[in-house]
Amino acid sequence: MSRPPLTALLWLPLLILPFYVDMFWLQAGLFVMAAAIGAIGLNLLTGSTGQLSMGHAFFLAVGAYGYVYFAGETSGHVTGLGLPAPVAAVLAVALSGLAGWAFSPIAGRVSGVYLAIASLALIFLGQHVLFNLESVTGGYNGRAVPPMKLFGFAFDDSSELIVAGVPFGGLERLWYLGIALLLAAMLFARGVLGARPGRAMNLVRDQRIAAAALGVPVGKVRAKAFTLSSMYAGLAGVLLALTFQRAVPDYFGMLLALDYLAMIVIGGLGSVGGAVAGAAFVTLLPQLLARYSGDLPLVAAPGADGISPAVAARYLYGAAVVAVVLFLPTGLSGLLSGRLPGLRRSATPMKEESPQ
Amino acid sequence: MTRLLELLINGVSLGAVYALIALGFVVIFRATEVVNFAHASLLLLGGYVTAVLHDDLGFLGALAVGVAAAALCGAFLEFVLLRRAKARRDVVAIATVGIDIVLTAELTRRIGTGVLSLGDPWHNSVVHIGGVTIAQTRIAALLTAAVLIGAFLAAFKYTSWGVSMRAVAEDSETAALMGIRLGRVSMSAWCVAGALAAVAAVFITAFPTPGLDRTTSVAALKAFPAAILGGLDSTTGALVGGLLIGLTESLVGGYQDDLSFLGRGLGDVAPYAVMVAVLLLRPAGLFGTREVSRV
Repeated sequence: MSRPPLTALLWLPLLILPFYVDMFWLQAGLFVMAAAIGAIGLNLLTGSTGQLSMGHAFFLAVGAYGYVYFAGETSGHVTGLGLPAPVAAVLAVALSGLAGWAFSPIAGRVSGVYLAIASLALIFLGQHVLFNLESVTGGYNGRAVPPMKLFGFAFDDSSELIVAGVPFGGLERLWYLGIALLLAAMLFARGVLGARPGRAMNLVRDQRIAAAALGVPVGKVRAKAFTLSSMYAGLAGVLLALTFQRAVPDYFGMLLALDYLAMIVIGGLGSVGGAVAGAAFVTLLPQLLARYSGDLPLVAAPGADGISPAVAARYLYGAAVVAVVLFLPTGLSGLLSGRLPGLRRSATPMKEESPQ
Repeated sequence: MTRLLELLINGVSLGAVYALIALGFVVIFRATEVVNFAHASLLLLGGYVTAVLHDDLGFLGALAVGVAAAALCGAFLEFVLLRRAKARRDVVAIATVGIDIVLTAELTRRIGTGVLSLGDPWHNSVVHIGGVTIAQTRIAALLTAAVLIGAFLAAFKYTSWGVSMRAVAEDSETAALMGIRLGRVSMSAWCVAGALAAVAAVFITAFPTPGLDRTTSVAALKAFPAAILGGLDSTTGALVGGLLIGLTESLVGGYQDDLSFLGRGLGDVAPYAVMVAVLLLRPAGLFGTREVSRV
């Protein structure tokens, strides 16, 4: 925000990327964008409001399956409403928000780490529902995701489109949709954080009692932050589903929820840019390790004996989470903006916040 | 009727095991105000060490090593995370998530797709008492958990270790000024918690469960709702919460044919539903101290 020209320059290479790189990078990039949107949302809750959630994989699932259900057609054993794709996407985000709002009696009253465990319930109850609601989710094998269509323009491989000699398939088209959504998500989050709601959220995190004394409705702020972050997760779920082209219930489990926590911690709690950086780190790491496993020591090719790329990636970012907490409390964002860890107020231990 | 009785006994026994895990969780929280998300992977570690060594050392020998390994790992985590970090306690809790990611990845990689036996002496033998059939492992679990919990509560109440632990939980700064070594108290809490989790691993994986596999840590996670619904800072709460979760799981699992409209595998998610229900009524858990603040 403070350096608009520089920020704009950073976005430019992203715009021309589809003309130069292959499918692998485009898909990886789209996963990063989806994860970044989800991570920004989780960071609004955890980083800025101090409410830990381990249940955001559930809201990703609500977004993804909401979209699939609203946009998909009824065929075979799965049902769908067959709505236009953009309407379905908006409804899916609204549905995620509704699900987050429905959890607000708990999200508003339960603080910090209590909420982390309480929101574990969302993961397990969610998985239960996903596996049993076969007509919506397709059960264990999942179901195909209908492509996005905006004003008759389909974001898939169906029609042929060549721009400047480069064939534009589904991934290339989705790329720009992803960038637009990510940009909007970032700007909105910055807007929220920079204005009154953001100040209220930070005060609720740092000094709950002072917040209440100043007339900030602590419970409402917590519940609203939870709802907003679940809508972000829903949007991330929609983009994820569009990129995967198939939604499988098993994906939206505990591990995914932990991944998102890792993203925001590595990126830096409370920072929008940090969430994006963390999302890129956690999402790209396993894919890069898998792609270059042949050239790397210690990492075996997928399927072979030894440490698989997925496991190696988990070692690395698990260790990164610990290292960031111990040595770099402001995360990657602090590293990039050159702030010293010790200067941040939240780096000091605060007894008052933890429930006695 | 016998079915109900069987389910109740199994539920109490399962609940006692959850209570063991939840107790460790609560002890860590009371002593250090850190929520240890790596608790399930500590349990997995203890179980894995026991499973690997029981051929060479016998069951008890292997269990002793497993308990020691989990306790040492707990102590190591305390040393690495709490001695160094100046971060907020809830941020340290996130660091335990990182530890959990690494430990679980490594252990599930080693376990692979296999199912390991921990070599417990009870195997699948059962006892018949007046028409009620109970697995020996369930009785052993109940007795072991009762002895350990009793010993722990006695130590908590009467030994100087217990007194210092309670003093630190009450007011750590004053306790430190009174000459209580905070470092020792917090490290011992993490050791005890690791050891309890390793013992619980035996009974979580024993008959009728097939053995230790990659989903064991998910089963162990149910100790989290147990601890939360009892109240995170209450040892009584951990016991009651454990029993409640165990009974819920056993009863709902046992009668799930009658509840089939709610879907398959209901027994595994019912504990979480109970937790949500309790938290709706009492956000600080059944026995937890409510957040009261005076300004």
